[in-house]
Amino acid sequence: MIELLTRAIFWGFVILTVGSAMVVVFNNRVIYSAFALLFTLFGVAGLYVFLAADFLAASQLLIYVGGILTLIIFGVFLTARIYHLTISEQTHQRFIALIPVVGIAAILIYVLFTADWNMVQPAVEPTTKSLGKLLLTTYLVPFEVASVLLLAALIGAMRLSRPREDEDDQ
Amino acid sequence: MISDFHILLGVGAALFILGLLCVMTRKNAISVLMGVELILNSAALNFVTFSHYTAGNLLGQGTAVFIIILAAAEAAVALAIFLNIYRILSTAEVDKADQLRG
Repeated sequence: MIELLTRAIFWGFVILTVGSAMVVVFNNRVIYSAFALLFTLFGVAGLYVFLAADFLAASQLLIYVGGILTLIIFGVFLTARIYHLTISEQTHQRFIALIPVVGIAAILIYVLFTADWNMVQPAVEPTTKSLGKLLLTTYLVPFEVASVLLLAALIGAMRLSRPREDEDDQ
Repeated sequence: MISDFHILLGVGAALFILGLLCVMTRKNAISVLMGVELILNSAALNFVTFSHYTAGNLLGQGTAVFIIILAAAEAAVALAIFLNIYRILSTAEVDKADQLRG
């Protein structure tokens, strides 16, 4: 019974993720795409739970759904007429774009089913403590570089989004 | 034999090709950014899947943490640039912004 319920929830997250990602790509209105992206990110967080990545699932919800998606929705509100369909919100070059996309999809599916994956027995245990240790030992240099990158992005985004003071003189 | 491993990699592949399609077919800059977010998510999902099923350690999850950090920084800077483009050109179409000097 529990097993069946787990399978149902797993498939529910898979369908939620892929289905709302298709809405993101094929819907003509940007604001609907943004809200569909919410469900895609939520579905990926659910899949992280099935992969025994509890810390990542929580970070995905907090950072992506709480931060990045809020930024994107603000961006939509500030730049697009929300319910008014303009030419810029439709999709273009669909058939030209399909050629490389179908090619890449075929390669990925071929590799997925023919490669000899070296499977191990997956371990399910809390990851937060060992992930913290990993960030301060193996990944110490990328961790420090990422902090500098975040500082640079913070200052750059502030500088870019402020109105320029010298524009009034011209 | 299709296992959870194959299903999760398939979801990653589907997210990647959908994001690629979004980047290639959209003109609105924010839609392009959403496509990039889909691609980053697919990469992170693949890293976590491989680390869980084929490596048995947490290195892939560490990489996924860095992917989330990069996505946050990228979204903030990209939206600041888009707002500037919108203020100057009154449009958020990526192919209208073809001048370096604003």
